[in-house]
Amino acid sequence: MRLFTLLLTITLILFLVGCARKADQQEQPTKMKVGLVFDVGGRGDKSFNDAAYRGLEKAKKELGMDFEYIEPGPGADREAALRQLANHKDIALIFGIGFIFTDDITTIAREFPSKKFACVDYTYDSTRPLPPNLVALLFREEEGSFLVGTLAALLTKTNVIGFIGGMQSPLIKKFEAGYIAGARYANPKCEVLVGYAGTTGEAFKNPGKGKELALGQYTRGADIIYHASGVTGLGVFEAARELKKLAIGVDSDQYHEAPGNILTSMTKIVDTAVFQSIKAAKESTFVGGRAMIFDLKSNGVDYVYDQNNKSLIPDDVHTKVEETRRKIVSGEITVPYQ
Amino acid sequence: MQTLTKLGYNIAGPVLALIISFAIGGIFIAIIGKDPLAVYSQFFSDTLGNAYGIGQVLFKATPLIFTGLASAICFRAGLFNIGAEGQLIIGAFCIAFVGNVFGILPAIFLLPLCILAGFIGGACWGIIPGLLKATFGAHEVINTIMMNFIAAALVNYFVSNVFFVPATVHTPDIVPAAHLSRLDFFFESFHGAPVNLSLFIAIGAALLLHVYLWKTSLGYELRATGLNLNAARYAGIHVERHMIGTLTLGGGLAGLAGMNFVMGYKHYFELGFSEGAGFIGIAVALLARNNPIGIVLTSIFFGILQYGSLTINTIVPKELANILQAIVILCIIVLSKVIDRHMVRLQKQSVAAEVHA
Repeated sequence: MRLFTLLLTITLILFLVGCARKADQQEQPTKMKVGLVFDVGGRGDKSFNDAAYRGLEKAKKELGMDFEYIEPGPGADREAALRQLANHKDIALIFGIGFIFTDDITTIAREFPSKKFACVDYTYDSTRPLPPNLVALLFREEEGSFLVGTLAALLTKTNVIGFIGGMQSPLIKKFEAGYIAGARYANPKCEVLVGYAGTTGEAFKNPGKGKELALGQYTRGADIIYHASGVTGLGVFEAARELKKLAIGVDSDQYHEAPGNILTSMTKIVDTAVFQSIKAAKESTFVGGRAMIFDLKSNGVDYVYDQNNKSLIPDDVHTKVEETRRKIVSGEITVPYQ
Repeated sequence: MQTLTKLGYNIAGPVLALIISFAIGGIFIAIIGKDPLAVYSQFFSDTLGNAYGIGQVLFKATPLIFTGLASAICFRAGLFNIGAEGQLIIGAFCIAFVGNVFGILPAIFLLPLCILAGFIGGACWGIIPGLLKATFGAHEVINTIMMNFIAAALVNYFVSNVFFVPATVHTPDIVPAAHLSRLDFFFESFHGAPVNLSLFIAIGAALLLHVYLWKTSLGYELRATGLNLNAARYAGIHVERHMIGTLTLGGGLAGLAGMNFVMGYKHYFELGFSEGAGFIGIAVALLARNNPIGIVLTSIFFGILQYGSLTINTIVPKELANILQAIVILCIIVLSKVIDRHMVRLQKQSVAAEVHA
């Protein structure tokens, strides 16, 4: 009983302290805010979700737009999280990060016609019109992948290169299709080994599996492996470092994950897409009901060529890749996406 | 007087546990530089402060009632059913499959058929460890866990390769005839909350189980098997039959948990939708001391914790919300033990006093 009394006293003191602090707080003036709901992977994946978060931070710094975010679990949480943010009176624009939000964000956008919504990697179906307050942020990953495929096929000494995907899905197939087409285009003799880490979202969070797949491909003769697999790719880099081979990063510039072993990275500017949508909302130029496409032409997807990896890419190879870029942008080359 | 004291302790216990755990949680919140009061006020106002929040809580509670019952009935028979997660996944997938493939049937046949499919799917996953236990004495803990892996891999395969909608991680929709109405169809104020009629099926299952355990001879035999296997066998009870039957029934109950999501909310099976409800069901059963009616209340409590953690995620990181949940559960379990001991002491004292008098 003495224990109870003690605990009760501590509790009461804490509550009093809490109340005192509450009294100190001033009412803050309301201003427009942004809400964002992350994919199942959540923050800290060093690629996709973190890129979205960078966009939020940039908007806070440059536009003074405050933000709130939620990292939901699977299942019913996504819709609940979107609705919670939409119910918030200050929040004017809500993001869903990842294709898995497609159904939920469409429902919530219809329920809150006065709020604005944006969804990265939305599964766009031209037969189902988007709500007028929702914009789909789509990337032509196959175009960027085509370029890194070209680069890998030009640099390979064994005529074997590899691709490792995360979850088997149409989205990751786009990376694979572009990569293979790019490799074939530059070097018809080049063979491409393909592996996937799994069939669920978990396949994006499994570095052990990534390493296993990469070691397998390297032993079968591949000397460059491109991954599109989120955190799983960290295992691919680990394998590259161990066997002193090359790997290609994805989404963000991943050079610093394994300096010297990262040939380049296929970048997908999720951060810029998020930032631009916020800017448009702030300047009242946000137009929903459509898909915004980020492609090679608009530098929405690209590959990294800078001081860090210049030494790995000879000038003549770089020239050839840039030539390929011009052909894709001009439409001379059509890149397959499946 | 005695019962009044008991009741008082039963109410005071959880309340005290909550206060203590919120105080400890408050310290964590303060450490990361947030205001504990703001977090808690959002927690309570968003979960219990409006009909929508209550609807979300009840939606979260519904599958936990089923999985809690699935664990509790096995505990009562002295069996550890760790396989509710796998049973749930298989059951939910069967519901989604039947609801789509037998779509031409009218609702009056299709609804019971879907529910039956969920029950049978889960029961199949329960009967296997039951048979292995009864015939070979293979421990059900290992076997139910292994069945979880098989269920996950099997359903992943089907949802990725055989029965799925391209570009998604879910199966095709079930037909409208197999839908269970949402409660916002009857009560406008629940608008948006996915709570649906399967809540009442869950409560019905809890009541039936209560009757089975305490009002039937089979239930009596089941409890006897759980209390002392050898004594039960000596008394002429077919304990092996109860092992198989109970694990099958438990599996079936867990399989029904899929109704909530598949028939009442999204109308398809989505990979990973369960959020570990099968495992949380074990905690629900333990906290409710394997009492079916208690499980309904404990599930609602867990529903508040789960939905509350989502709502406060705008203020504190998800990890902190998880820590809070764990602290609350720990405090309640420890404190309920402390109070039990105190009660026993009180009883002894009062008996001693009577003897002296």
